Amino acid sequence: MWNKRKEDDYAPKPVNLPPATPEPTKKETVPVSTTPVRLNDSDLSRNSATIGKSVTVKGQIISREDLYVDGEIEGTIDVHEHRLTIGPNGKAQAGIKAREIVILGAVQGNVEAADRIDIRKDAKLVGDIKTARIVIEDGAYFKGSIDIVKTVESKTPVATKPQISPAVPAITANAAEYKR
Amino acid sequence: MFTDRLRGIIRGLPLSGPSATEGSQDPVESRSSPLSESQEMEDSYSRPSKGLEQFFTSIKGEAGLSILDLAGVTQSNVNFITSLGHRLYSEDFLRSLRESFPGLNDQSNPALVDRFLNQNLVYEKESLDGVLIWDSLEHMSTPLLVATLGRLTKIVKPRGYLLAFFHAQDKVSEIPYYSFRIQDPKTLLIGRHGKRQLAQTFNNRNLEKLFDQFESLKFFLTRERLREVIIRR
Repeated sequence: MWNKRKEDDYAPKPVNLPPATPEPTKKETVPVSTTPVRLNDSDLSRNSATIGKSVTVKGQIISREDLYVDGEIEGTIDVHEHRLTIGPNGKAQAGIKAREIVILGAVQGNVEAADRIDIRKDAKLVGDIKTARIVIEDGAYFKGSIDIVKTVESKTPVATKPQISPAVPAITANAAEYKR
Repeated sequence: MFTDRLRGIIRGLPLSGPSATEGSQDPVESRSSPLSESQEMEDSYSRPSKGLEQFFTSIKGEAGLSILDLAGVTQSNVNFITSLGHRLYSEDFLRSLRESFPGLNDQSNPALVDRFLNQNLVYEKESLDGVLIWDSLEHMSTPLLVATLGRLTKIVKPRGYLLAFFHAQDKVSEIPYYSFRIQDPKTLLIGRHGKRQLAQTFNNRNLEKLFDQFESLKFFLTRERLREVIIRR
């Protein structure tokens, strides 16, 4: 009896609680952050794994977090579903795959971004581009082809990937592809 | 055969460009800062372009075509061409010209011309459906122009289209560098910056002879006395 009454008393109270309103506002803030706002250069290296400008890497790089490259890379770069930034001092002679690619330095090789590619002023890219969206600043140099892949196509594999439990075979498949 | 014929056609046209020494006064600087001219845009204006309209009308209705833009990459051109469902190829042709040939006389050097064409306009035979040449051909003296047209003939598909611009004034020796941005199928945003020497000028008759290996040619004269020419391969 006492317990039931307490439960009944409890039931209407949360309806009147003020914290109920902040929840929808939180949901609204998420889409706002996904608008294609240009990231500051300082933001690009923040919270990213970094390859410094005095570092040279030859071979295959696979990263499962955002990666900032300000050194020299020769080989392949696979930043699986994360952002790759080639900094102003960065030079990559590499095939690149990532969710998002920002280029401030020089890249020679084919570039594939599931989401978008951002080629900044003074950047240099020689190679073919495959992406859903592309942003090119005046003063950027580009030589190659641009293939815009429809967003529907690019979103489908992203959505299906979490359902596939073994993530490792997908990565090794990419690695095998690059080795060729 | 084709190149010999073109040489014969073009021979005799005045070369009003600078001498090799004039053009190559500071080759190091021009090589180290090839973008400087294009970055400093002095003024820009929009104008309707019949040539552009005709170019995209001609290829309209077909998607998935391969279009080469020789004006270098710009957001507006990328957006416009890819929104039509085409694959865009991009080259900054004038920048490559400046880097490869410090002076106009260098364009007569066969070794330099060969090297230039080994690095530029390298596409499979008959792989392109359209080429936006803009005013690039005016920057070339005869030997390079002949070789470049020979290459374009190879890489453009039969019944593919070229869009090229030529100044209509005969006595002009110096004109600005132009940048061309597509605003819509009928309108161009033209940017002007710096100055350059014209390598040579073409009248209608010269142009007809220049492209006489192509199937058809159509001229549009703009208010700025610029000939917009649609060439069908």
